[in-house]
Amino acid sequence: MEKSQTYNDTVVRQFAVMTVVWGIVGMAVGVLIAAQLIWPSLNMDLPWLHFGRLRPLHTNAVIFAFGGCALFATSYYVVQRTCHVRLFAGPLAAFTFWGWQLVIVLAAVTLPLGLTQGKEYAELIWPIDVLITVVWVAYAIVFFGTIATRRVKHIYVANWFYAAFIITVALLHVVNSLAIPVGALQSYPIYAGVVDAMVQWWYGHNAVGFFLTAGFLGMMYYFVPKQAGRPVYSYRLSVVHFWALISIYMWAGPHHLHYTTLPDWAQSLGMVFSLMLLAPSWGGMINGIMTLSGAWHKLRSDPILKFMIVSLSFYGMSTFEGPMMSIKTVNALSHYTDWTIGHVHSGALGWVAMISMGSLYTLVPRVFGRESMYSEKAIDLHFWVSTIGVVLYIASMWIAGVMQGLMWRAVNVDGTLTYSFIESLKATYPYYGVRLLGGSLFLVGTLIMAWNVWKTIAGGERNAVQAVTEPA
Amino acid sequence: MSTFWSVFIIVLVVGQVVGALWLLQAFTRAPRAPQADTTGHTWDGDLKEYNNPLPRWWLVLFWLTALWLVVYLLLYPGLGSFQGLRGWSQQNQYAEEVAAAQARYGDVYAAFADLPLAELADNPEAVRLGRNLFLNRCATCHGSDARGARGFPNLTDDAWLWGSAPETIQATITNGRVGVMPALGAALGEQGLNEVVAYLLSLSGRGAADPAAVQAGQQKFLQYCSACHGPQAQGNQMLGAPNLTDDDWLHGSSEEAIRDVILNGRQNQMPAQKDFLTADQIRTLVAYVLSLQQG
Repeated sequence: MEKSQTYNDTVVRQFAVMTVVWGIVGMAVGVLIAAQLIWPSLNMDLPWLHFGRLRPLHTNAVIFAFGGCALFATSYYVVQRTCHVRLFAGPLAAFTFWGWQLVIVLAAVTLPLGLTQGKEYAELIWPIDVLITVVWVAYAIVFFGTIATRRVKHIYVANWFYAAFIITVALLHVVNSLAIPVGALQSYPIYAGVVDAMVQWWYGHNAVGFFLTAGFLGMMYYFVPKQAGRPVYSYRLSVVHFWALISIYMWAGPHHLHYTTLPDWAQSLGMVFSLMLLAPSWGGMINGIMTLSGAWHKLRSDPILKFMIVSLSFYGMSTFEGPMMSIKTVNALSHYTDWTIGHVHSGALGWVAMISMGSLYTLVPRVFGRESMYSEKAIDLHFWVSTIGVVLYIASMWIAGVMQGLMWRAVNVDGTLTYSFIESLKATYPYYGVRLLGGSLFLVGTLIMAWNVWKTIAGGERNAVQAVTEPA
Repeated sequence: MSTFWSVFIIVLVVGQVVGALWLLQAFTRAPRAPQADTTGHTWDGDLKEYNNPLPRWWLVLFWLTALWLVVYLLLYPGLGSFQGLRGWSQQNQYAEEVAAAQARYGDVYAAFADLPLAELADNPEAVRLGRNLFLNRCATCHGSDARGARGFPNLTDDAWLWGSAPETIQATITNGRVGVMPALGAALGEQGLNEVVAYLLSLSGRGAADPAAVQAGQQKFLQYCSACHGPQAQGNQMLGAPNLTDDDWLHGSSEEAIRDVILNGRQNQMPAQKDFLTADQIRTLVAYVLSLQQG
């Protein structure tokens, strides 16, 4: 068979396997630092095991290593299938794999050493930032090259979301990381003071919006209808919610800076547009869940669909919670508490991780030339273990967060604060325990997945070279 | 904000909202396709799309959030330099909340305004109020038991950097203090440093240093240190210079700790509380600190 008539799934297989590997690493570090919050001596008095250094390692590993690899794998898979053409610039695609793995390894080395830019979710030092930019440009060439050489007129909706994710993450990364190097390992940002804070959270919130939302909606728009065997619910809903989502997200960053030195007008705009983001966000949830209408019975028998539907439910829940938390009066209670941590994890575990896992369960057998995953029972077990894990995690952090917020603002009859900070910390201990349990369950679920993937792909790919499907 | 930027922001905001609502309107009006029909496109063998109308409850939700945005931006700052009809700002809100707290809690503390400071220490209610304030504002450094920590004075003993008179404590809390011990490593040199340390240890009856070193250290002390710590090393509360002859060592009593203080100096700061507490509140705080002396 002529090579140009087959799909390039080598890079898809590589990214898919590394998604599982980095998922385990990132979640294991998360479990460790959750345990450190209960037993601080678990840092062994070693600086490179300190919470302050491992926490950014955890976030970078789960967002950019686990989430990033899942996005690379699925976008390369989806764009070929929906454009009916082999991936553009094969060697460049291979470069994005090895380049991205190098970024991850460098992050895993530099962060524990304490080398950081100090910007949340953008901690990596400038030489790594440059490498990220190079890899990302290569990614864009591969993806948009494939779109440009497509053999169907219409661009499938999943690709809109992947495209928005790729373009915007490039913009966010470059603008936020602009810095003047003063050595191989150190640099200073070109922004100062509140401008620096605003640029950082414009980046930070859109990293959520485009990396963790738009990218994974792309995943959802391919794998949910594919797995359900049903058409997407509404084309026009996808058009409206796509454009509304990507334009309104750009405004939401200032809600991270309520009641700071950020000018009032910017805080207000961050808040009102965050609320207006509710409907566009839910558009994706509706389109995903309603795609199943007429096929609800499949939920009983297909654990992969369970992953997808529950992930969409968590997506809907956290995109409702987010706008609520952006309201100033709510934010005054929730900000700086563990509520924020709960919110992030209902999105990160419930939505991002579970849609990725569901999609991988669909994708892995196909790119390795198998009929199905090795064990469907294991998928079902994974589903229940991780769902219980997420629920324990976010419920404990909700309670802890609201409790902290209320304790911090409680006043005595003489106007003094009722509780010291340390008292609120002490009161949080039991919830840290439940959180550790929830996080550990989620990690166990991922280990079950790793076993299942291992059993499925053992022996390498068989007849995995697939011919490009002819356009209908 | 200049007019240009103000207009710039308003145009962007209005453009965003109008654009989003136009999109919504355009696709709401699009002909309703029956459920069974797909758009006619197929990808990857079996991927198709229905073109169901936008759910009505979802449209209502979208319009309501937009309406809320419009109302909010009329009432509150957001549209460039337009301050909003309510004249709200977070500075105003803060000032109002502080004023409300004063109105509500001021009398609690005003009750003790006329009592002499020295008597307040014997008034359990004043001490209780002072202790609450202490736990809020002072315990972070001085500890919840007021026994301090390295670098942060113990308030329950009888060693006082700036003096223990009620009015002095009041002044310390109100205006704060800055204690500066200059770094003398360069001036003393390695040998001089050793000699001064030997002398200081001998003052508190420690160290088996040779008498020659102690003597030399005393000479250096008189030259470099006595201006603040006094010729007898008993300190000077006018300058916040500690007594070096007692067994109270703010930055540690070990030989290494003493050497480090002389070598590198210290900048110690007690933050002023007058911007955070009223004069009446500070008086109850003084009462609490004085009460610690009686315990």
